[in-house]
Amino acid sequence: MATTFQEALARLRETRVWKSIFRRGPALTNRTRSLAMFGNIFLHFLPVKVREKSLRVRATYYLGSISFILFAVLSITGVLLMFYYHPAIPQAYRDMKDLQFVVSNGVFLRNLHRLAAQLMVLAVFVHMFHVFYRGGYKPPHEFNWVVGVVLLLVTLFLSYTGYLLPWDQLAFWAITVGTNIISAMPVLGKYVRFQLLGGNLVGENALLRFYVLHCVVLPIAAVVFIAVHFWRVQKDGGLTVRDQNGRKEE
Amino acid sequence: MAPSDKTAKGGQIHPAQQNDDVTRRDFLNEIALSALGIAAVGSAVVTYRYLSPNVLFEPPTKFRAGSPDLYPVNSVTYLPEQQVYVVRTGEGFFAVSAVCTHLGCVTQWKPESDQIACPCHGSKFKPDGTKIEGPAPRPLPHFQITLTLDGELQVDKLEMVKPNQVLKA
Repeated sequence: MATTFQEALARLRETRVWKSIFRRGPALTNRTRSLAMFGNIFLHFLPVKVREKSLRVRATYYLGSISFILFAVLSITGVLLMFYYHPAIPQAYRDMKDLQFVVSNGVFLRNLHRLAAQLMVLAVFVHMFHVFYRGGYKPPHEFNWVVGVVLLLVTLFLSYTGYLLPWDQLAFWAITVGTNIISAMPVLGKYVRFQLLGGNLVGENALLRFYVLHCVVLPIAAVVFIAVHFWRVQKDGGLTVRDQNGRKEE
Repeated sequence: MAPSDKTAKGGQIHPAQQNDDVTRRDFLNEIALSALGIAAVGSAVVTYRYLSPNVLFEPPTKFRAGSPDLYPVNSVTYLPEQQVYVVRTGEGFFAVSAVCTHLGCVTQWKPESDQIACPCHGSKFKPDGTKIEGPAPRPLPHFQITLTLDGELQVDKLEMVKPNQVLKA
């Protein structure tokens, strides 16, 4: 069984289509393994070598990865929810009720999206605390720390803009209170609130603006900053590895 | 800097470089960059203008509140669409905003305790808008209330008046 599978795989690798996609051939030597990484757009910003130690599972190790996996879950469930959601009054609330009671598996997707969103805020915070207490903001990681703070803000804005979309009482008053907090900002406050709401009240324009921010603008910002964040982890020397005395290994 | 940047063809120093004059290339670069900068600022301004709606479908700020006879003496009436209380005392009429001065929640009139209460963070006000307790930083503002020519009450939410200003009944 295993041999037939391997033979089939070997034959597949000889085909013209395979060779047109993966030009380097089998990654059998260190050189071809490196080339396989360099030649792949999805892998090229990852290191060609990783220390075994830095992959060791620890209690706090996967916090960043968990945040990213939650972001992926949110993207997929979010796109699926968009197929049934109209950002209009009063249709938005009805669509949410339809998702809960009419659409097959709608309630599963909606709850998954909501729970993953809350977990992501938690995971991003815990990830930040972990990095902070391990001194991960120190040189040469200062820039990536700042990128991380931007990602925290993007996560919070995503959470906030998504909060309005169900268009229920909780959403309406949370955004009323939240945008009034924004208007307390000196000088710019009332202009920022007006632009954000597209008016003076939380209404039709506000719902549409929050929808566009939630589904287009902020996710694109998140993807860009996540890419920079991951890339920079590698450029700054990979994940921090400490020896038993807690010192950073060179 | 690479030598080709500094020198003209043949390795000779360009005459303009010798006496610190602006070269043609520098001049054109600066012109082009300035044009791009102006275009970028212009785009930002027109985008900001585009995102500011010119027409809003919001309730009008000036509205008629019906005949004065609708409001009994010593009563507080909540007008939900306008989010305003019309208060009638022995002295006359005044209009108080129903929007909490803390973070903009809509307050509720509680006749049993003679108070206006905010459900969000627990601010409480007297019917004339003065604060009793809670996080609200200011009393509820009073709006101008007038009588139209055909004898109806009219409230203008853009005109704030002093709390002691009362429309005599």
